[in-house]
Amino acid sequence: MLYDALIGPFAEFEFMRRALAAVIALSLAGAPIGVFLMLRRMSLVGDAMAHAILPGAAVGFLLSGLNLFAMTAGGLIAGFAVAILAGVVARSTGLKEDASLATFYLASLALGVTIVSIKGTNIDLLHVLFGNILAMDDQTLLVVAFNATVTLLVLAVIYRPLVIESVDPLFLRTVSRAGGPAHLAFLALVVINLVNGFQALGTLLAVGLMILPAGIARFWSRDLTVMICIAVVAAAVSGYAGLVVSFQTRVPSGPAIILVASGLYIVSVLFGRVGGVVRQLFPGRHLEA
Amino acid sequence: MSAVHFHNVTLGYDRHPAVHHLNGEVASGALVAVIGPNGAGKSTLLRGIVGILKPLDGSIHLGGLDSRDIAYLPQSAEIDRSFPISVYDFVGTGLWRGTGLFGGIGKAAREKILRAIASVGLNGFENRPIGTLSGGQMQRVLFARVLLQDARLIVLDEPFNAIDSKTTTDLLALVKHWHGEGRTVLAALHDMEMVRSHFSETLVLARGPVAWGPTAEVLTPENLMVAMRMCEAFDDSATACAGDDGHSQAA
Repeated sequence: MLYDALIGPFAEFEFMRRALAAVIALSLAGAPIGVFLMLRRMSLVGDAMAHAILPGAAVGFLLSGLNLFAMTAGGLIAGFAVAILAGVVARSTGLKEDASLATFYLASLALGVTIVSIKGTNIDLLHVLFGNILAMDDQTLLVVAFNATVTLLVLAVIYRPLVIESVDPLFLRTVSRAGGPAHLAFLALVVINLVNGFQALGTLLAVGLMILPAGIARFWSRDLTVMICIAVVAAAVSGYAGLVVSFQTRVPSGPAIILVASGLYIVSVLFGRVGGVVRQLFPGRHLEA
Repeated sequence: MSAVHFHNVTLGYDRHPAVHHLNGEVASGALVAVIGPNGAGKSTLLRGIVGILKPLDGSIHLGGLDSRDIAYLPQSAEIDRSFPISVYDFVGTGLWRGTGLFGGIGKAAREKILRAIASVGLNGFENRPIGTLSGGQMQRVLFARVLLQDARLIVLDEPFNAIDSKTTTDLLALVKHWHGEGRTVLAALHDMEMVRSHFSETLVLARGPVAWGPTAEVLTPENLMVAMRMCEAFDDSATACAGDDGHSQAA
C-alpha cells in the first residue's frame, strides 16, 4: 500500500523517474543559489528576473521547440539585457533600481506572453508559464543536469568572494577585485537556474524551487553551510512529494511541488528552531548566562 | 623612506573638495593621528589612501605598497550583521591575501586565526555568529581581522568611537604593538588626550591641512581653533579651483 503510493509510480513509469531525476538536479543547483539570493536580500530580484527572461526563452522555444539550449541562450540574453538596461536607467536618471527593474520586467513579461500567443498555441503558453516536468525527454534531462553541474562548479569558484561580498563588501573591495565579477557570475547563475526550472515549473514558478527552500532553511540553522544543505534537502523532498501528490491527485506537477514547499515553509515558520513563531512565544525560562 | 606620499592631493565628491591641496609624507613605521572636527575630511583622506576614492587632483604614492599591503578599518563598516557567518570564519577572511579564491586554510592558518581571536580577548567566541556580538565585541573582531591581514600600512577610521574604556585600552595596546613591529599606522581620532599620550605624530585637518608634525608642537589651542572654524557646507556655486600651485587653502 505504502509502496504503491510512494515508490510504485517511479518503479512503474519512466516519465516519473525522469521527472524525479530532473527535480533532484534542480534542487542541487537551485537551492544554494536561492540561499544566496535570500541572504543578499535579492529574493524579489529573482522573481523579477524570472519574468524578465520570458521573451528570450519564448523566442528560443518558438524557434526550436522545447530545446533547453535555445531557451537558455535566449533567456540569458533577455535577462542580462533587462538587468543592464534597468541598471543604466537607474544610474542615468536617479530612478531607484528596483522601480526601474519593475518597469522592465513587466514590459518583458508582456512581450514574452505576446510572442508566445501570437506564434504558438495556448498549450504552448501554459507550458511556458507553468512548465510540465512530466514531459521531460532524455535530451532535456541532460541539459538540466549539465546546467546544474555548471552552476555548482561556478558557485564553487565564486563562493569565497560571494560570501565576503555579502557580509562586508567594502572589505572585499580593499583586498580584491573579485567582487564585481563574482556578482555578475552570480546573476548569470540565477538566470541559468531560472531557465533550467522552466521545463519543470514554468517561468512563474521556477523561482519557487530556489527561494522557498532558502526560506525554510533560514528557520533551522544559523550556519551558511548547514543552511545550504537544508535548502537542498527541502527542495528535493518538495520535488519528490509534489510528484507523488501530482501522480495520485491530478494536481499539475509544478504547482504541486511548490505547494508542498509552501507547506514545509509554513511548518518552518511555526516550529523552526531559529526564530520560529512557537519558539518565540514559548522561549522557555531564561538561562543563567 | 616614506610609506605614503601626498602630492598636492585634492579629494572630494562631485568635484567639491573635501580635502584640499594636501602635501606631505608619512614616514615608514610612523604612528600618525589624524584629527579635526566632523566633516574635516578625515574619512575622505583615509579612503583616498586606501584607494577606494580616486583623487580629484594630485596623487598619492604608496612607496611600493600595493593595495594588498594595506589593512583598512572603515568608520561605519557596511557589514551585514545578519549574515550567518561565525566569528572564526569572519576573522579568517583577513587571510585573503594568502588564500585568495581557493587557497586552503591549513593547520598553521587555523592556529593563526585562533591566536588573532585570542589576542583581541574573544576566546570562546569562535563559533558565535557575528550577529550576536555587541558593538565593542564586533570592533574587537574587526581588529582581529586587521591583525591577520599582516599589512605594512594600517589605516583606522575612528576605531574607538562608541567603544568603552576597557576595550579601547585593549585595542590601543594592539595599535602600539603594530607600531612596535614597524608597521605604518594612520588613525582618525577625536580623543585629544589619547592622541597626546600615545601618538607621536599628528595631522590636524580641516578641509585642508592646518598643521602636521610632532604631536606636542601641532596640538596647540591655536591650531585647534583654526580647525574648529572651518566651514562645513559645500558651496554649490563655487567656481573651479585656481589654486593649483600647491598652497594649502581651506575652502
